[in-house]
This record gives sequence, C-alpha cells and structure tokens, in this order.
Amino acid sequence: MELYRSHVLICGGTGCSSSGSLTFEDKFAAAMEKHDLNKEVKLVKTGCFGLCEAGPIVVVYPEGSFYSRVEDKDIERIVDEHLLKGRIVKDLLHASSIDEDQTKSINDVEFFAKQERVALKNCGIINPEKIEEYVAFDGYKALGQALTEMTREEVIEVVKASGLRGRGGGGFPTGLKWTFAYNAESDKKYVACNADEGDPGAFMDRSVLEGDPHVIIEAMAIAAYAIGADEGYVYIRAEYPIAVERLEIAIEQAKEMGLLGEDIFGTGFNFDLKIKLGAGAFVCGEETALIASIEGERGMPRPRPPFPANKGIFGQPTVLNNVETYANIPQIILKGAEWFANIGTERSKGTKVFALGGKINNTGLVEVPMGMTLREVIYDIGGGIPNGKAFKAVQTGGPSGGCITADYLDTEIDYDNLIELGSMMGSGGMIVMDEDNCMVDVARFFLDFTVDESCGKCTPCREGTKRMLEMLDKICEGKGTMADIDALESLAYTIKDASLCGLGQTAPNPVLSTLQYFRDEYIAHVEDKTCPAGVCKDLLAITITDKCIGCTMCKTVCPVNCISGEKKGQHIIDQDACIKCEACISKCPVKCIVKK
Amino acid sequence: MKSLADLAKLREDALKKVNIRGERKGKRVVVGMATCGIAAGARPVLNALVEEVSKRNLLDVEIAQTGCIGVCRLEPIVEVYDENNEKVTYVHVTPEMAKKIIVDHIVNGQVVAEYLIQE
Repeated sequence: MELYRSHVLICGGTGCSSSGSLTFEDKFAAAMEKHDLNKEVKLVKTGCFGLCEAGPIVVVYPEGSFYSRVEDKDIERIVDEHLLKGRIVKDLLHASSIDEDQTKSINDVEFFAKQERVALKNCGIINPEKIEEYVAFDGYKALGQALTEMTREEVIEVVKASGLRGRGGGGFPTGLKWTFAYNAESDKKYVACNADEGDPGAFMDRSVLEGDPHVIIEAMAIAAYAIGADEGYVYIRAEYPIAVERLEIAIEQAKEMGLLGEDIFGTGFNFDLKIKLGAGAFVCGEETALIASIEGERGMPRPRPPFPANKGIFGQPTVLNNVETYANIPQIILKGAEWFANIGTERSKGTKVFALGGKINNTGLVEVPMGMTLREVIYDIGGGIPNGKAFKAVQTGGPSGGCITADYLDTEIDYDNLIELGSMMGSGGMIVMDEDNCMVDVARFFLDFTVDESCGKCTPCREGTKRMLEMLDKICEGKGTMADIDALESLAYTIKDASLCGLGQTAPNPVLSTLQYFRDEYIAHVEDKTCPAGVCKDLLAITITDKCIGCTMCKTVCPVNCISGEKKGQHIIDQDACIKCEACISKCPVKCIVKK
Repeated sequence: MKSLADLAKLREDALKKVNIRGERKGKRVVVGMATCGIAAGARPVLNALVEEVSKRNLLDVEIAQTGCIGVCRLEPIVEVYDENNEKVTYVHVTPEMAKKIIVDHIVNGQVVAEYLIQE
C-alpha cells in the first residue's frame, strides 16, 4: 500500500505542456531521487487547472501551495526547500496566494475561491490517465446507480428537472432532447458528443477532455441507457491531439474494467464508444453537418426538421450533446436535480465554463454559477484589464456572438440576458477588449473566419458573408461610404434570416452588435477616414514629430527606404511609400515617431 | 468490474491514495522539518504519522511539514492543530510516540500530557 505524505500535481493541459510541463515529472523525480523522496512524495500529472496565464503550474498538497510560471531551474529548489525541508518557496508562488507573508492554498486564492467547479470538478485534481483516480472521486458511481436503481424514464426525468440546457451554445433543454430521442421508435439509436469546439479562443471542452475524459464516457453511457442506444461517437477535432490521446486511453481503460462493452455491471446493458476525428471544419460543429461527417459524407448541414433526436446518424434517433453538457450529467444523477436547479438563475440552471481571453490579466478557464455578473467574472476572477487600460467591450459567443459594453457589465450572465443584449452565451468564449481594440476590425476578424468556414451550400451564407467581408475591408482601408454601412446592415439581416444553418444565421452577429454599440467607430472610418483605436493600418499615418534629433536610425532601418533626412536634421516619412511596418517606431531612441 | 460492490471497493482503495488533494477539514498535524528537525530524526516520525493515519483509514487529518519552529533543542517537534486552530506541541517525538499521538490525540481526542514540553 503506497503511503505518500505529499502529492505534487503538475499541470499537463495543452497550455502548460506547450511551456514544457510534460518534462517536469521526470525532472522532479530525478531531483527527488537525490534525497530519496520518491517513496514519500507522489508526482501526478493532471489536466488543466484553469489559470493558464500562470502556467506551467505545479501544486503541492497537503498545503495546496500554488507554484506558477515554473521553469526547469525552479524544480531543484522546490524539491530541496519545500518537499525535503517543508519550507514553501514563496518567490515561486503565484502572487494571489501570498498575503502579507501568509501563504494561501490554491483553493483559497480569489481566482478559484469565487468559482463553482461542477463540469471542471476533477480538472487539475486527478491524473486523467488513471481510471482509479476518476473512480476515487465517485467516478462511474452515477452510471452504476442509473443502471441498477433507476428506470430509463427516471433518468430522463432527473435530467429534465435539473433544468440543464445545452452548453454548446444553443441552450436547448437537455432533458427534452433526451425525451424526443427516447420517444422516437427505432431498434437502433445513437448518442454522440460534439467535441469539435470550433470557436476561436474557446478551450472549455478541450480542458474537460484533457483533464477528465472519463466523465464524458460515463455521461454518454447514461444517456445511451436513457434513450435506448447501444453505440456512441465522440466527434473530436483533430487539432486536439492531447485530448484525443487521453480519451483513447480512457476508453481503453474503461473497456478493460468492463465499464464499456457488453453487460455493464451485469445489467445486460451494452454500450460501445468510438472516436471520430474532425478534419478542420468549423461547420462540423453544427449538429447536422457533424452527423454528416460521422456518416462519411462531406460536412454540410441539412434542413431541420427532422431533428437529430428523430433522424440523426445514419437516419436513426440520436442524442448529440456538447462536452460540457455531458460533464454535468454524472453529478446531476448523484446529487439530484434539486441540487443542480438551486445553482444559477430562474431560466438558466447550473454553472457555465468560460474561456477568458483577450485583454485580461488572468487568462484561463473559469466555471461560475449562472447569474454571476460580467463585472465579477472579468474583474474579480479575471483580474481586470492589464496595463491600466480602459475596458471597452467583452465579446461572448465567439464568431456567433456579439459585444457587450461597459454599461452592461452588471448584467447577470444567463442564456436569455445575453441574447437580449444582442449577443449570446455561445460555447463560453469570453474575449475582453480594451481601448486599443478597433471594433470594426474585431467584426472583420470574426467575419474573415466565418467566410473561410462557410461550407458553401446555401447562397445567403456563401455569397452574403463574403460580400459583408468585402465591405468591411473597404471600410477599414478608408474607401468606405455611409451607403456601405447601410448596405452592410441590411445584408446582415438578410443573411441571418435566410441561411440554412447556425453558421450563416449567426455570422452577422459581430457586425450587427458592433454597429449597435460602436457605430461612431464605423462612421469615423468612413467619414473621417480615421481609426480611433489606432489599429487599421491603412487609416493610420506614421509621422515623425519635430522632436526628431536627426540620428538617422529610422532611415537606416526602414525596409522600403521611404524616410528622408540628413544627420541632425528633421526626418520625414513619405506617406505614399510607407508600408506601416512600424520598424522606425521601435527603433527611434527618443520616441518621436507617432502613429495616428 | 462486474458489480457495484466491485466499484465501491475500488473507490475506497483509490480514495485513500488521492484524498490528500483538495480541501481538508479536521485536525492538522505539523512536523518540524528544518535542518534541526531532520538532523534530530523528524523524517521517520513523519513517515510513522503518515503510516498510522493510513492504517486507521483516517480521512480528515492533514499531515504537513514546516520549517524551524524555534526551539531546536526539543526537535523532533510535532504540533497538532484542532478544528479551531488551537495548537498542542509535542517535543522529542519518536516514531513510537508518533503512533500514540495519533491513537490518543487524533482518534480519541486526548492530549498525551507526558509528551508535551515539561517545565
């Protein structure tokens, strides 16, 4: 029986891994070997802790010491000082865990203390590649309970009563979806998991799959039991290699333990799970396109009705739910519908995982109860805007969502409130923007993405988004007119109304939302031919002010030789030749070159 | 894994190995592990504490280490904090005494008077 007095948890999520954390386990072991500590201290590679900005993260229990930005050279010190001598290495701790010389456990720092981790319960705590650790924290208990103590109808009833709504963005009541599939008559049904997560900047699902893959397996088995399916697919994007690998290992281990396959828990229930890799198409996150892709067809959406619950994979009734939706299921079964329904707001129950990105101090993943305000998430948990810049807007919902301005920061986050503001919850991406972001450029960025990802099946999306992008390009290049703004707006509404699937129906949202709250920026681009935020290069002039000392450094570094001037004399940039590369600005020793 | 009972057994065994992670309620046992402590033999004491807690399946006890407590001549020192953070200090602790501390103080709530600092 292994007796470890201390556990060292090393984050193995994608963020920390790409900063070298995967080599830490071996390096810690080597350093510990010198003091013969390997029998007393256990090294554990976990999934994503969530505070990605602070990575690579190492947490030492039982103290809960929160070491951040750990580098190879720090490992020896942590081993010698903390593991051997019990002296926490304060200068390696995350700033939020030190309070006037007192150190706090990671669970008490503000970033984590304000969260309520339901879907992310095990992330950062367990080793995702060890099924025993999942089981230790009540893993597969819900499946056992459902199969042996509950009828299929009771399972669906609990999910319905919990009020769980789809976390992929649609917010459709999960229990209702399962009911439709349950009622559909067929001797072959499927369950599927949408792990395509195409929104730029979103990594909620990735973290769950990397940090707690078994929760998906368990939840899908429960769903399969409920609706009467015996086969499941996890459609996971190929750009998530770590998640794919961990899921493969998890499925293998579950099969070995008889938790997947035939006669699970001796109840006669069979369930098999397969992985289907995506191939880089955002549109395959749309449910009917995803199903087409699983069937081996080109990923293009189909008209609905019929909905997948009635006619899904290979024409059979299918429940297709998002990763985060599934991640809530086992706990709902174990703790009951009322427990879940007590968290959140009237119409949006439970918690939501958000990927905080953009201009924010604590970039990472947070899970908060529905109803927490945007202000609390961005400032209390997210740590506010870096470099003392002013908050401008927060974009929620990725390329399908819209911007929310400072006036609405006290809005309680829930599905319906965000829609009322012209945005949407989406899958949970939350990108914060400050005074240096150009909102027209933001709209163009998202539209550029959707134009690339449009599958081409329906005209409004295929042609319409491209025309919108062309108009935005024109505006950002200083060639736009007021008529363009009107055309942009009216085209946006048309595309929303007439597109076949969610991609086209929501692609215009960033444009409409920025037009609603930041129309003045559009007008500035068009009438004054300026970019107030200083982003759109074609609208900026780089000029050398009269503080020039004539050192000629800018002239030397200019790649297109467009700066003229003699030593000790005023230098001047030829605006027609300038390519706005800003090399001169970085080189100038007296900072006399400005961009406006 | 054929039955719920199998799962429950696996869960019980596995939980013992991981429950050091996360939040803890209950008593906190702190062992002085600075140079003075280690030189005086605190490592075997620490390991004895861990072993005893594990043997008795005590789930709400945290065993931690600390640096120099200050009275180096009395090392190995073991401090026990209760739920209200009231502290009791045991001195010159040996692995055998450590076991008794677990049994008497942690399990039965009785301070072992003869192991305290004697005036």
